[in-house]
Amino acid sequence: MEWQEVALRLFKNKISLVGLILVISFGLIAIFAPWIAPPADPSEPYMVPRAGWGFEPKPPSAEHIFGTAEGQYDIFYGIIWGTRTAFRIGFIIVGVSTLIGILIGTLAGYYGGWFDEIVMRITDIFMAIPFLIAAIVLTTILGQGLRNVMIALITFGWMNTARLMRSQVLSVKEEEFVIAADALGAGDVRIIFKHVILNTIFPLVIEASMRMGSMVITASTLSFLGIGAPEGYADWGQMISFARNWILGGQGNAIRYWFTVVIPGTAITLFCLSWNLIGDAFRDILDPKLQ
Amino acid sequence: MISYIVRRILILPIILIGVTLLVFSMIMMLGPYQRLSTYITDPSQLKSVDVDVLVARHGLNDPWYQQYGRWISGVARGDLGWSESAGDPVAEAFLSRFPATAELGLFALLPVVLGGIILGVFASVHHNDFWDHVSRVLAIIGWSVPTFVFGLVMLMIFYGHLGWFPPSRLDSWAADIVNSSGFINYTNFFVLDGLLNGNLAIVGNAIRHLIAPVITISILWWAFIMRITRSSMLEILRKDYIRTARAKGVTENIVVYKHAVRNALIPVVTVAGRMVLGLLGGLVIVETIFNIEGLGQFMAHAAQQLDYPAVLGGTLYFGFLLILINLCVDVSYAVIDPRIRLE
Repeated sequence: MEWQEVALRLFKNKISLVGLILVISFGLIAIFAPWIAPPADPSEPYMVPRAGWGFEPKPPSAEHIFGTAEGQYDIFYGIIWGTRTAFRIGFIIVGVSTLIGILIGTLAGYYGGWFDEIVMRITDIFMAIPFLIAAIVLTTILGQGLRNVMIALITFGWMNTARLMRSQVLSVKEEEFVIAADALGAGDVRIIFKHVILNTIFPLVIEASMRMGSMVITASTLSFLGIGAPEGYADWGQMISFARNWILGGQGNAIRYWFTVVIPGTAITLFCLSWNLIGDAFRDILDPKLQ
Repeated sequence: MISYIVRRILILPIILIGVTLLVFSMIMMLGPYQRLSTYITDPSQLKSVDVDVLVARHGLNDPWYQQYGRWISGVARGDLGWSESAGDPVAEAFLSRFPATAELGLFALLPVVLGGIILGVFASVHHNDFWDHVSRVLAIIGWSVPTFVFGLVMLMIFYGHLGWFPPSRLDSWAADIVNSSGFINYTNFFVLDGLLNGNLAIVGNAIRHLIAPVITISILWWAFIMRITRSSMLEILRKDYIRTARAKGVTENIVVYKHAVRNALIPVVTVAGRMVLGLLGGLVIVETIFNIEGLGQFMAHAAQQLDYPAVLGGTLYFGFLLILINLCVDVSYAVIDPRIRLE
């Protein structure tokens, strides 16, 4: 299937259209963040401004339309600038880990033999450690911070792509056009790039799109556990961790502080939802069994 | 198939050693002084002795292979080391927390798998109509909600506001009964123990505490199981033998539930197997939020405290479990579907 046709179908499919609109909206919010929520200190736009030093969260008001979290951090500001954080985390983690996965999977599948065996056993080793635990250990060792969260998630996030790529290469390798290219004297690098990778790109895009959501969730989970973004940094996971002390409310009203969980929670959910909707529709379009 | 199983079992220790080496090499990225903190429980320990003496006593300056060798030879003797964050030997800490996690996992498995299959069959029968889209979108929304957000909202509404589903494993009055001498802890699965002791109040209380965590886990995995069931059903429903059955005048219900579902479930088996380890990731969060003293909460805690004997022991344990589950899945796959040949 040509990519133009795929793109056309993505736009025609209602489910993926909703996803695309959501992603574009988030993109616009990220781009125009300095105008939507002007930073108090332009040199440190990612630090959420505080409206005082009180401990108790304050409900939405005219001044703080989403209210303030524990420590008077402005939730609206955190959501807007957190969009940039989410895109950065998602693109870097998924981008780098996908490249690593493509490299490892292609080499293993293309050259085969003992090299393949060793590489795939190493992949098995990385997959035998529970992902979240591995991420927590590595982040704790490297130290708190988003950069280290990204390193940890990349380190343990490339295996699925590598396996997918390897199986794709194994099936394409025997196709006649690859054998023909080989017979015509094309070099390994040329065959791999032009004939193998370009012919297996769509499943990789689906995989990457679905992973955007789950990686942003995992990164925010680490922030929620207190080993991700430093305190006060505009990050959705951290906005929610501010809510932990307040979920049972007070004074006979348990859902008094709902906004501290629900507003940042909705932001993360919608962000992941948009990528998952696109990935899901994409997968349907490209699955020949479902046509 | 026998040779396949034997080969997989032979490779198991290699993978496990690889897993522990990987975790160990991560820990060795820390300097000896940082690793010493695992052994220091009280600042007063540092007053009487020199830090370098302590580092030397615990052998933290030795080459990595000596340190790894000490650990692995302990494991070979059945000694996983001492867990500082639990205040117990690692093996005991695992054993005492295992029932909470296993109980939660077992109770979650049925609603997760059954719910996902029902949703998937439902969506495939309604392929491309309104209900197909609704159930798919709902499932994707469930997949997109972070577990910790959903758990917190569950707590807020069903515990804080309505008071229905409290956190932890038992109410304090029930915990008193369970810990009393009159109550025999056969398995430490409170639902089962309650039944064995004939104490239905405990059973009811334990189940009440399980509902919210089980729902929180299920939401996440429904989309996953549904997705596989749906696409596998769609493929099967197009097969010639289904058309033949319909042409013979078999009713639609029998075609779907008897002829199609059984064959469509084969891929679901593999996915359900792989899901078990993914479930563990979810359990880390669920146990932390609902304050359940299980393995997930313990591992997250140990990892954050760099309690590395516990982390090493835990990865060894779960690595073993994962490889075993994968093997069972592969074998059951071949047993269910004779066309699949393992090599």
